[in-house]
Amino acid sequence: MTGLEGPAAATGGLLLLFAAALLLAASGLPALLLGWRSARGEGWATLLAVAGSAVGVAGGIALLAAPGPSSLRLPWLLPGGVAFGGDALSGFFALPVFVVGGLGAVYGSAYWDLRRHPRHGRRLRFCYGAGLASLVLLLLARDGLTFLVCWEAMALGTYFLVVTEEEKPAVREAGWIYLLYSHAALLCLFALFALQARIGGSFAFGPVPASAPGGLRGALFLLALVGFGIKAGAMPLHSWLPGAHASAPSHVSALMSGVVLKMGIYGLVRVVGLVEAPPVWWGATLLSLGALSSFFGVVFAIGQHDLKKLLAYHSIENIGIILLGLGLAVTGRATGRVDWVVLGMAGCLLHVWNHALFKSLLFLGAGSVLHATGTRELDRLGGLARRMPATATLFLLGSVAISGLPPLNGFVSELSIYLGLTRAALGPGAVWVALAAPVLAATGALAVACFVKVYGIVFLGTGRSAAAEAADESPRRMLVPMALLGGACAAIGIAPGLFAPAVDRAIAAWGGGVAGGARWGAFVPLAWMPVAAGALLLLVGLLAAALVPTVRRARARQPDLPTWDCGFVGSSPRLQYTASSFAELVTSRFGWALAPEVREPRIEGIFPAPSSFHSEAGDSVLDRLLRPAVRRVEALAARLRLSQQGSLQQYILYIVIALAVLLLLSLRPGWIPGGPGGR
Amino acid sequence: MTSLLDTLVAALLLVNLVALGTSRIGTMIRAVSLQGLLLGLLALAAHGEVSNRVLLLALASVLLKAWLIPAVLFRALRQVAIQREVEPLLGLLPSLLLGALATALALAAAGRLPFAEERLAPLFVPAALAAIAAGLILLVTRRKAITQVVGYLVLENGIFVFGLLLVEAMPFLVEVGVLLDLFVGIFVLSIIIHHINREFSSLDTRRLSQLKE
Repeated sequence: MTGLEGPAAATGGLLLLFAAALLLAASGLPALLLGWRSARGEGWATLLAVAGSAVGVAGGIALLAAPGPSSLRLPWLLPGGVAFGGDALSGFFALPVFVVGGLGAVYGSAYWDLRRHPRHGRRLRFCYGAGLASLVLLLLARDGLTFLVCWEAMALGTYFLVVTEEEKPAVREAGWIYLLYSHAALLCLFALFALQARIGGSFAFGPVPASAPGGLRGALFLLALVGFGIKAGAMPLHSWLPGAHASAPSHVSALMSGVVLKMGIYGLVRVVGLVEAPPVWWGATLLSLGALSSFFGVVFAIGQHDLKKLLAYHSIENIGIILLGLGLAVTGRATGRVDWVVLGMAGCLLHVWNHALFKSLLFLGAGSVLHATGTRELDRLGGLARRMPATATLFLLGSVAISGLPPLNGFVSELSIYLGLTRAALGPGAVWVALAAPVLAATGALAVACFVKVYGIVFLGTGRSAAAEAADESPRRMLVPMALLGGACAAIGIAPGLFAPAVDRAIAAWGGGVAGGARWGAFVPLAWMPVAAGALLLLVGLLAAALVPTVRRARARQPDLPTWDCGFVGSSPRLQYTASSFAELVTSRFGWALAPEVREPRIEGIFPAPSSFHSEAGDSVLDRLLRPAVRRVEALAARLRLSQQGSLQQYILYIVIALAVLLLLSLRPGWIPGGPGGR
Repeated sequence: MTSLLDTLVAALLLVNLVALGTSRIGTMIRAVSLQGLLLGLLALAAHGEVSNRVLLLALASVLLKAWLIPAVLFRALRQVAIQREVEPLLGLLPSLLLGALATALALAAAGRLPFAEERLAPLFVPAALAAIAAGLILLVTRRKAITQVVGYLVLENGIFVFGLLLVEAMPFLVEVGVLLDLFVGIFVLSIIIHHINREFSSLDTRRLSQLKE
């Protein structure tokens, strides 16, 4: 093949990733061709997806291990040529695609059984494979046009995944909003790459020199921020995300949240990485956006009653944390602080992995709950820890990880960002960067509160509905992928040093020498992490061992009775804490942002009539800002309908008027260069 | 030579007005057919010597515009059994006056437009503009599908006159393309006329507004 250049490991990795994309794209075809009665298509789909993912993981590792980038030029494929390439950054972002994608395919084979879902099972499998393939190619694209083609393929593939259950109106609406947002993002990216081509002279990804006009560079950054920010779900641009994540089948939600959002981050990282010497305000913008997303993401999450919507808002929070890391790194690049670059970027990149792992685990856990009980409503669940012990344990593991608690992986990446922010606080230089640290701390605290709520409501207590009482543990094909994800969370949390080389390579590929070969391990005591984790586990174990006899004795002395109910006879599971009552403490503080819709009964008289209380937190940006704005535009546009009467003659008359006006304009002296007036 | 060109162009302008001023569809089609013939002659007379290209162009023009298309239209006319354009959106006399006004404006405007070709432009540009204007007036004011086709043809003839002006500069392929385009367009339209007639038992294009959203 001509045009393939680079070190052997890098070219090999590139070709392996292409092979993986091919296998993934083909994975849905057998099911499509075999017809809906055959269950064999499903086996093929899972097998091909797993094989593709395995090949892809090998390719990603090869790219991370390679000493330099590789490139592949196909000048004949499109006018202007098509450029692909593989470097450590692509490899770094590709690994979660394959891990989450492959495990999701295995999970999906049990969760979305073809025999139980004959209507949309086959389309789901095809779009799943095609979507994964487009993600891989997106990571390898090295010119603007190829990138846009892959981007659009990804947007369409994931759109069809989101609307899998198209017969439900809520799903259709969520899909529609997702499609609108995707296209808004695409428009920004069109402008972005046109601008990049104008600065760089071609669509190929090349460095944007510091000598380029500041206005153009600023526009480039803002377009990238909006275009990629929409895809990543950064806070004011996030409204598509909760609906789309909640409506998709759970393994697709895992993919959307764990991987597809990261493509927005990848685009931002890639484009910002091309720019030499970015100005400080870029970093400040990223930091503020990250602070906004992380804090309000978790605040919105606490207000949710829908398990998957709640997890979706946590994706916004985690994207915020990732943006904080990126903002720190960009500020470091602007001010020449190598330690900020390394710590911020390591936190950003590692959190991309971590979030992909624990959020997929949580979404698969939520899918497991949904599979067993048929509901996502928190207030219809409860007591599942007894009925589904494996799911409960794995969900707890994911909850601890997402809350950023040691010894799991969420802690490691957040620690890196904390260390960077602390260094900023100690000065010298841009001390204001450290303002992000309290926001990050508040976010972590609220996340813990939120997951105490989720775990408590869903898995503890007693079941709030018959479905929750009758739930059964999920089959092994759903539990094993979750267990593997949980294992990966623990591995990164306990021994981050093992993964430090990958992070170092990716930072080097991003910074292009800015990091100056500095290693992440130089700033974070990686070697001490396993020791600290071991000590922590030992402590917890000792504490548990000390407490167990006491608890046993207490249990043995007391008979198993219901909770004391103040003499009120007829206790019911509805007397337990509800999702809203638990969250009330936090949501009431943020009523101005959440704007929950509350239906509060007025209680009058000595013997009031039965009444009910209801509160629901919608998406403020969508419901309070965008929908009214769109309605106003629609009302204005309705006046234009007068001009649309469906009469052919009228339309031709419009053309005539336009032509006549143009002719008259052209007769004005001086209007045409070299015209009669111009002479 | 110039007097011949003058006569031809004047005849072209008159034919426009005939098409605008008659209510009989048969007369309109004959007018367009005559216009096609005039265009062929104009093509021959415009450039001093007659090259193969110009000869081919003139022949194709006469064959298509003066014979084939009118024949197709007459056939459609016989099928749908109508004779007259009744109740045009704008009366015959007003549309005739409008056509005359457009011709006058075209003559006035042409003098002010920049053209490289010094010899023919003062003659051809107003003729082209007037024919385009007449075609557009027909398209806007007439209701029957078949008269719409006639309006389209007159418009196309105007563009053809422009093309004659640029015959040296315009690639042969483009001219052939334009003619082919025209032919296919008319062909399709005549089929549509047939179907509109069968579906709505009328050729009134106002019925088409039922198709709007």
